[in-house]
Amino acid sequence: MTRTVDPTHRTFVSYIDKSREYYRARGYTNPYRWAHFEGVPFTALQRPLSQSVLTVITTAHLLTTEGETPWLQTVFSIPSNDPPTRLSTDGLFWDRQATHTDDVDSYFPVHRLHEFVREGRIGRLAQRLHGVPTEYSQRRTQERDAPEVLRRCREDGADAAILVPL
Amino acid sequence: MCHQTVSLVARHLEAHGIASVILGSARDIVEHCGVPRFVFTDFPLGNPCGKPDDVAMQRAIVGLGLDLLEKAFTPRTTVQTPFAWGDDESWRDNYMRL
Repeated sequence: MTRTVDPTHRTFVSYIDKSREYYRARGYTNPYRWAHFEGVPFTALQRPLSQSVLTVITTAHLLTTEGETPWLQTVFSIPSNDPPTRLSTDGLFWDRQATHTDDVDSYFPVHRLHEFVREGRIGRLAQRLHGVPTEYSQRRTQERDAPEVLRRCREDGADAAILVPL
Repeated sequence: MCHQTVSLVARHLEAHGIASVILGSARDIVEHCGVPRFVFTDFPLGNPCGKPDDVAMQRAIVGLGLDLLEKAFTPRTTVQTPFAWGDDESWRDNYMRL
């Protein structure tokens, strides 16, 4: 499918620009400072993908049933061999006007990945897949949540992770 | 904000020996942060792995992520998928409209 490009605008949406202007118009004069680094770490895949163990990391959270404790701001894990058909995307920033999240594989492609495993493209999925809370605080993500995700990935022998933000 | 969170997690995993790839739709946030591998799909936020119920598109996007895991040789590698949302481009202006 092709689209008509407006050559006076960049081709993709800048959410940094949009959110800054949006909140400035509402009186917030101290703009959010987005994470930025000059250096970027890099790890090559250590084995062929067909022998590698993959996990998935989402920012969606578990659906709660009535009467259950509400979702907590903490890393959680779910078994890869019994993946949910739905997760909750409430409270996250995504475009409710343009689309929906009723198909879990549109933002958490666990069934697609199982297909690739069956076809031999991927060695296997790790025992657990993970959820990480979306945080304004970069420090909380870097010092609390990312190390916890790493610990769980190592426990499961994951070689690689596919990260899927809403 | 979700894109920033996973970008920070991806960097932490890579720094400790686990390869990563992000499938996402907020290009500026991910590239501003700086990540090893990024598959960009130019869609409204919510379906970074393909349109709902479009299995062929989802397979193509996830497959590009797998390709990147295998073939990227340097950090900040972004690939853009060939998919467009549709003829109606109004979502670009409507999201967080002032």
